[in-house]
Amino acid sequence: MSETADRVKKIVVEHLGVEAEKVTEEASFIDDLGADSLDIVELVMAFEEEFGVEIPDDAAEKIATVKDAISFIDANKG
Amino acid sequence: MISNGPPRPSRVGGLLLYEIKKGKRMRRVVVTGLGLVTPLGSSVETTWKNILAGKSGAGTITRFDATDYACRIACEVKPADHEYGFDPNLRVDHKVQRQVDPFIIYGIDAAGQAIEDAGLLDMSEETRFRAGVSIGSGIGGLPGIASESIVLHEKGPKRVSPHFVHGRLINLVSGQVSIKYGLMGPNHAVVTACSTGAHSIGDAARMIAMDDADIMLAGGAEATICPLGIAGFAQARALSTNFNDSPERASRPYDKDRDGFVMGEGAGVVVLEEYEHAKARGAKIYAEVIGYGLSGDAYHVTAPHPEGSGAFRSMQMAMKKSGLALEDIDYINAHGTSTPMGDELELGAVRRLFGNNLDTMSMSSTKSAIGHLLGGAGAVESIFCILALRDQIVPPTLNLDNPSDSCIGVDLVPYKAKERKVKAVLNNSFGFGGTNASLVMRAI
Repeated sequence: MSETADRVKKIVVEHLGVEAEKVTEEASFIDDLGADSLDIVELVMAFEEEFGVEIPDDAAEKIATVKDAISFIDANKG
Repeated sequence: MISNGPPRPSRVGGLLLYEIKKGKRMRRVVVTGLGLVTPLGSSVETTWKNILAGKSGAGTITRFDATDYACRIACEVKPADHEYGFDPNLRVDHKVQRQVDPFIIYGIDAAGQAIEDAGLLDMSEETRFRAGVSIGSGIGGLPGIASESIVLHEKGPKRVSPHFVHGRLINLVSGQVSIKYGLMGPNHAVVTACSTGAHSIGDAARMIAMDDADIMLAGGAEATICPLGIAGFAQARALSTNFNDSPERASRPYDKDRDGFVMGEGAGVVVLEEYEHAKARGAKIYAEVIGYGLSGDAYHVTAPHPEGSGAFRSMQMAMKKSGLALEDIDYINAHGTSTPMGDELELGAVRRLFGNNLDTMSMSSTKSAIGHLLGGAGAVESIFCILALRDQIVPPTLNLDNPSDSCIGVDLVPYKAKERKVKAVLNNSFGFGGTNASLVMRAI
């Protein structure tokens, strides 16, 4: 597992209060991890802080799974 | 099918709370569940045991470094690892804990305790259509407003939490409780400063009496022991500042050396229920809410009316509604915040209303032990009144070393709890803005 994946999962566990085992790369934030749209706004903010990236609204809307988040961050972090 | 609720009872016995019109008696309201989070415990029985033992919840502020503050003491709810600390994980989801201010966490937990105590965890959908919430707060999410404003200032608008607003709003205790327990009746929240808790119970009792609901969770929650809260109340000259080195002595209602209140935090919630509804399901009934009075001082934003006029009329209205005689009241849980002016004005109003009946009554201020819970106070103190009815014992006023001259001859229950007959009780709560509430309850 990449370093990015580890850090993303840690943030998801902390923010959504879900068990770490449930946070697989395929997991959907809304369907599998119980997030609502505001939780996703908050997660995106946390990713931006953690990785020093900017995630524009149109990109954020496309982040549905844990893997989507990891891929975006890996492609855009400095 | 959506229930329209049971038909109005055509015949109910005993003393009744209100009358809509002459000859038409209204529904009776009883208390069937209790929940408390206080500086002396995170359950009803723990808090009550500590109150009766004469313990104090006061200490040096630990939430932040208050070294430079005029007031450096408060009655904090203790952490989970403390002997009588509070564990938020018992009843509040992890995600909710992260999103909301502490007053909402305390309120959800106290509401959960009350529902469990009332045996109402498994209500049918039909019952839940007729079950509502009325849990208020005096100030709401001040700690979160303060901290998020720093985020805005330092990091800009894109870093403000999407949960900022609904995690701080006062009516979000009621909102969260309604969602968590599926309560679809009235979803209400009172904001009347330090009389919030009493108004919440009184308003909710009326909703049941007026047939808007059969069950109401009612009470108040507060958590403002934060830099802005302590600084603000200290600047208003409302807090005690002479006892920073001996915090347990600082809240001393009716004592000559009192110099302001000690801030507390926590929540109190009761389950109110229509009498026939409670009886039909064999519920444990703690007490009946028989009188509710409200008034305004129309005088000053922080100072009480110099003749205690608002306090007097609030108590008078509650007594009139109760149908009791003045001599029937055995115990008053006073507002008694330990401020130089407030305590004696309240006592003066009590003396004018009750006259010689005061000789056989007991009156104490439990703020001497848990501090002033602001919007939570009226609800927490109503619960102490209910427990006094249950256990035939009245809680003490701590630190009453030298009672003010005006207190001579009044049983303020100094230092030690006192066993005595308690058949009917009065609770007073008064708030900034000149708002007053009084509740009368009796054993059933």
